[in-house]
Amino acid sequence: MIDVEQLRKEFPILSTEVNGHALIYFDNAATNQKPKVVVDALQEYYDGYNSNVHRGAHTLADKATKAFEETRTLLQEFINAGKSEEVILTKGTTEGINLVAQTYGRMVLNEGDIVLVSTMEHHSNIVPWQLIAKEKGASVLPIPVSEEGEIIFEEYEKLLSEKVKIVAVNHASNALGTINPVEDIIQKAHAIGAKVLIDGAQSAAHLTVDVQAMDCDFFVTSAHKMFGPTGMGFLYGKEELLNAMPPFLGGGEMIKEVSFDGTTFNELPYKFEAGTPNIADTIAFGVAVQFINKWGKENIAAHEKALLDYATEKLKKEVPTAKIYGEAQNKVSVLSFVIENIHNYDIGMMLDARGIAVRTGHHCTQPLMARYGLEGTVRASFSAYNTFEEVDKFIEGLVRIVKMFG
Amino acid sequence: MAVMTKNIEEIQNEIIDEFDLLDGDRESTIFYIMELGQDLPAIDESDKVDENIIKGCQSKVWLTTDFVDGHVIFNADSNTDITKGLISLLIRVLNNRTPQEIINADLFFFDKIGMNGVIGSQRSNGFASMIKQMKFYALAYSAKS
Repeated sequence: MIDVEQLRKEFPILSTEVNGHALIYFDNAATNQKPKVVVDALQEYYDGYNSNVHRGAHTLADKATKAFEETRTLLQEFINAGKSEEVILTKGTTEGINLVAQTYGRMVLNEGDIVLVSTMEHHSNIVPWQLIAKEKGASVLPIPVSEEGEIIFEEYEKLLSEKVKIVAVNHASNALGTINPVEDIIQKAHAIGAKVLIDGAQSAAHLTVDVQAMDCDFFVTSAHKMFGPTGMGFLYGKEELLNAMPPFLGGGEMIKEVSFDGTTFNELPYKFEAGTPNIADTIAFGVAVQFINKWGKENIAAHEKALLDYATEKLKKEVPTAKIYGEAQNKVSVLSFVIENIHNYDIGMMLDARGIAVRTGHHCTQPLMARYGLEGTVRASFSAYNTFEEVDKFIEGLVRIVKMFG
Repeated sequence: MAVMTKNIEEIQNEIIDEFDLLDGDRESTIFYIMELGQDLPAIDESDKVDENIIKGCQSKVWLTTDFVDGHVIFNADSNTDITKGLISLLIRVLNNRTPQEIINADLFFFDKIGMNGVIGSQRSNGFASMIKQMKFYALAYSAKS
C-alpha cells in the first residue's frame, strides 16, 4: 500500500488553499499535479546544462543529449517496447494521433475505406481521422457502447470488414472511466488486416501497459497525465510501420541529406522528430516516469481503485438523486455523474467555492454525451495523492448543494 | 411598477448593497445568484430556439423581448441557475426602460460586486455577451420607434 501522507509531501500544490479552503484536486483525468522532482528537473536543465541535443560537440550538448535520450529508454521500458527507436517524442496524445492519421492514414486509406472508433472516444481520437477520411473519401464509423458504458463487442465484430483499415480506441475512457478490452479488440482487428491505435491518455499512469503483449500497432499518451509536464508525450509504433510511413513534419533533425535534387530522411525515431525538440520537458518526463516507477504503478492503481469504490458507494448512498454514467466492470478512477435538477456547471462552481476542483461539461466527448442524451456530467477523477477524507468532504459538499437546490 | 421609480444607477446601487451583505463569501455569493436564478420566471419552451440564444455564453441563454409603450421588456432563461441568476440581475436593471436608457446605461455593478473573480473569465465573457445582446435589441427598437 502507498503511504499517502508521505506521497503528498512530494507535491507542493497539495498544501495550498483555494478560495480559503485546503485544495481538493479531483480533476486528475484532465491533468494531474507535478511532484517537486519533476519541476526541479526543468530548472536544473535550464540552469545547469541548457543546450541543443544531438548536434553540439561540447560537454553541455552531450549532457543534454544523454538526459534527453534517457527518457526515451525509460519510456521504452515503461511500455515494454521492443526498441527505443519505436518511441517517438511528441507534444502529446493529440499530436500522436494526428501524426498517425496524416502519415499511416494517408498511406493506407482509399475511397470507401473505414476507420472504426468507439462512441466513447475523446474528440482528439475522432477529428484527426475525420480530417484524413474526408480527404481520402473514406469514413469514420462509431462502435456503439452500452448503457453501462462498455463497447458492445458483437456490434464491433459486425462492423469489421475488409474495408476497415484502422481501428482507433482508447485504453480507458476519460468521460466514463471504462477500461476497454484492448487485447480482444486488437486481435479481432488484426484478423481482418486492420491496424490498431490505442489512445493511452487515461491509462498510462494507471494501468500496466505492455505494447508487445497487447500487440497494438500504435500507442499514444501524454506526459501531463502522468505527473509530467504539459505539451509533452510520445507515440509508440511498430518499427516496420514507422519505417514504411512518410514523415509528418519536415525540418531539421529529421533529414539525412538535403539538396534541391531531393532530400533523404533520417532513421527512426528522428524521422518523426523535426526541429529542436522540447528538451526540458522531455527530461522532466523521464523524471515523472521514474517517480511512477518509484511508487509502483500497481500500488498507485490499488489506491485509486479503493478511492473510486469508496466514492461510488458513498455517492449512491448519500446523494440518491445522482445518476452515475459509466458503470463498467473495469474502470480507472473516474466518477462521472449528474444530479437531478442541478446543472453540472453550477455544481462545479459550488464545489470550487469550497476548494474542490472537478471537471464539468462534455469532457470533449460530445458523441458520447449525445449517446446518453446528456449535455455534460460532473467528473471527479482520483490520483494516488487523494485521500478518503477528501472524498468525504466532496460528498459532504454535494449533499449540501442538493439540500439547497436539488 | 414602484420599482420603476428608481433609475438605472439607483437599482445598481441597490444590488451592490445586497451583495455587500454577503461579505465577499464566495459560496454565499454563488448560492445567492442561484437563488435569484431560480426565482426568474421560465420562458415558454417554444421560445427556447436557436435564434433566441445569446452567442458567446458557455451555457445556453435564451433572450426574448417585447416593445410596449416605448419600453423594452426582457425575458430570459438558461439551462443553469447561475447563468439565470446573472441575467436576472441585468433584467432587474434594464427591464422596462426606453431604448435610449438601455443604450446609454453604464453598467458598473458587475465590477463593483467583484463578480469577475467569482464566476471566472469565461462566464464573465458570457455576461458581456448578454449585455451586448440586450443593447443590440434596444438599438433595433430605437431605430423602429
